[in-house]
Amino acid sequence: MSRLLRGAVAGIGLLVVVGTLLWASPAGAQEPGADDPAEQEPGQSQQVSGTLRYKDDSGEDVFVEGLEVTVESADGSFSETVTSDEDGRWAVEVPGPGRYTASIDPDQLPEDVSLRDEDRSALTVTLAEGESRAVLFALQSGEGGRGGSHFFDRAARLSVEGLKFGLIIAICAIGLSLIFGTTGLVNFAHGEMVTWGALVAFFFNVTLGWPMVLSAAIAVVVGAITGLGIDRGLWRPLERRGTGLIAMLVITIGVGILIRYVFLYQFGGFTRTYADYQLQTEGLELGPVTIVPRDLATILISLGVLVAVALALQLTRIGKAMRAVADNRDLAESSGIDVERVVGYVWAAGAGLAALGGVLLGLAEQVDWLMGFRLLLLMFAGVILGGIGTAYGALIGSIVIGLLVQLSTLWVAPELKNVVALLVLIIILIVRPQGILGQAERVG
Amino acid sequence: MDWESIFSNTLESAIGRDAMVFALAAIGLNLHFGYTGLLNFGQAGFMAVGAYGVGITVVEFDAPLWVGVIVGIVGAVGLALLLGLPTLRLRADYLAITTIAAGEILRFIFRAAEFRDFTGGSNGINGFARDFTNANPFNGDFELWLISFSATQMWYLTVGWALVLLSVLLIWLLTRSPWGRVLKAIREDEDAVRALGKNVYAYKMQSLIVGGVIGSLAGMMLAISARSVQPDNYGTPTTFFAYACLILGGAATIWGPVVGSMIFWSIMAFTENLLRQLVENDHIPDSIMSGVQVGQVRFMLMGLGLALLMIFRPQGVFGDRREIALTTR
Repeated sequence: MSRLLRGAVAGIGLLVVVGTLLWASPAGAQEPGADDPAEQEPGQSQQVSGTLRYKDDSGEDVFVEGLEVTVESADGSFSETVTSDEDGRWAVEVPGPGRYTASIDPDQLPEDVSLRDEDRSALTVTLAEGESRAVLFALQSGEGGRGGSHFFDRAARLSVEGLKFGLIIAICAIGLSLIFGTTGLVNFAHGEMVTWGALVAFFFNVTLGWPMVLSAAIAVVVGAITGLGIDRGLWRPLERRGTGLIAMLVITIGVGILIRYVFLYQFGGFTRTYADYQLQTEGLELGPVTIVPRDLATILISLGVLVAVALALQLTRIGKAMRAVADNRDLAESSGIDVERVVGYVWAAGAGLAALGGVLLGLAEQVDWLMGFRLLLLMFAGVILGGIGTAYGALIGSIVIGLLVQLSTLWVAPELKNVVALLVLIIILIVRPQGILGQAERVG
Repeated sequence: MDWESIFSNTLESAIGRDAMVFALAAIGLNLHFGYTGLLNFGQAGFMAVGAYGVGITVVEFDAPLWVGVIVGIVGAVGLALLLGLPTLRLRADYLAITTIAAGEILRFIFRAAEFRDFTGGSNGINGFARDFTNANPFNGDFELWLISFSATQMWYLTVGWALVLLSVLLIWLLTRSPWGRVLKAIREDEDAVRALGKNVYAYKMQSLIVGGVIGSLAGMMLAISARSVQPDNYGTPTTFFAYACLILGGAATIWGPVVGSMIFWSIMAFTENLLRQLVENDHIPDSIMSGVQVGQVRFMLMGLGLALLMIFRPQGVFGDRREIALTTR
């Protein structure tokens, strides 16, 4: 019991550290007074607005009149459709702060106008108390989009996107798979490790203004230490106490909810970007695909890290020990491997990698409190597709899932792209529950 | 500090809509998790099928409400078959991942703009509860000491709690029957039951169907009492809430889910009202907690509570510790 108490104290201590680290971040990142109701007029109107325009072939601005724009709140409680006026302007009064999605129907656009990126017909903004935001739909003259000769261009572009996304999932998911392999724990709080990395990097990069690379490195170290701390402070005492794996699974859910809402409490429900590498338009051109340096770096870093992980698992003593424990814990233990020590390393490495994945995801998309949890099911999909418990399986499965998610938008609406990945997850469980690389064994 | 309103809100929550809906959802989960050892994390999906079954049938096909209820129940049976056929042969943790994925798939599909004509997209469906409202025998408000409910609330609460009692009766009869004993045996040792010649797979499937149908009733009551179906009401947090209620009360007990849900929602209402008043009366400075953050603190407490319960008292208020010593293999 005293060990558990010590563990609990360590856990609470960790949370306090988390809290203090994050304490300064919202204040530093928000517009001054944005979350201070005292400075707000009560009932002050807030709106989401924008101007629909594009440049025609001669470079002149042309405004789109009479296009319907729908603004909806994230919880679906508010929805309003307006039509743009002759200057292409539209505005919707919204009831209060929160996330809103503004969308247009690309089919309604005039014939010679299209969206520059078809996935961006629905844009989401987050409003603080009393704040108004403008939303810009990127329009261009001429045909874009799905079908016809553009199909292959689009497929090529989405393949690169998918590869990048898949590599990020892989980096995040290796820990999930190895932790399951070595301890049998299905960690529903793993998504929070991803968010944690992204938020720590955000704190150093945006709030303190340190360079991105340094912030990312710090995030990885902090993530690894956190992972080790959680293993030492929570899971190891619980295991010694004889808590069953199902009970532990439910505990990960509870811990995950707790951490998630601590993030929301401190960081707010905003979607934010890092200070560096945001505006990149010029990039490397490979046939139909343009890769901006940020994406190229993401892909190269991910590949490098994954190769390093693979080499470490294959060649180093601790890597071999990890694979041995994952393969057969009892046999490993009886051959003299200190399983608890190995599990500690697995937690540190897994959490560090998840933190790195979070930073890369934050760079590729944006940073918010729910980013890791949204990724969690895709990680599960990747891990199970590849074979749960195996390190390389997580790698291959995740890349396949990343490609699937992006390429599926060739045929289905972007908002349904995750459904495709989750369906694959279920189909794999039916057809080959051990995954691509898993050993055929009875799993039920 | 207005203590009277805090206590009145707490009391009302103990027998209010959320307590009723989640009691039903948790009763269904109890059959899955408590008695059979199935880790169903897609209970929100069953609830959504019930709610959308009613909403789509009544609004899109102009059918009477009772037809919608039947469609919702049939839908839940269908979902149980669809989910169970491939996954019930798998280990418990695989089932957890599959069901949580299935629940999310359903939510994504229900809220997708593609199918807006049927599901109303992220706006959901409204205007299907007319039959129910018209049948309301109550008129005038109901007041007793600190508690007051409107006639509409009284009506859905009466129907909802009646359903809760019926479900409790059903579970009581089922679990004391030979069928129920087989379920508990499966939870304890699946292989032993198989060795005794029982068709484990069929029993698990029956358990999934019955619990899922009760879950769909919970979804219907949530939809009918709110008079609208919102896709985001049926996300994974809903399932986690139901688990918290069940574990708090005690899994594998008859009254556990009901009492657990009542306690859970009174705690939620109490903390929310207390914190809100503390914030409004400036006992807690704005720099520490704002009004918006009060709702978030509730979730933190819920997560912490779920974890602590599972660590220190996994049997909840009423349960027997030996009955929930589950393992994955």
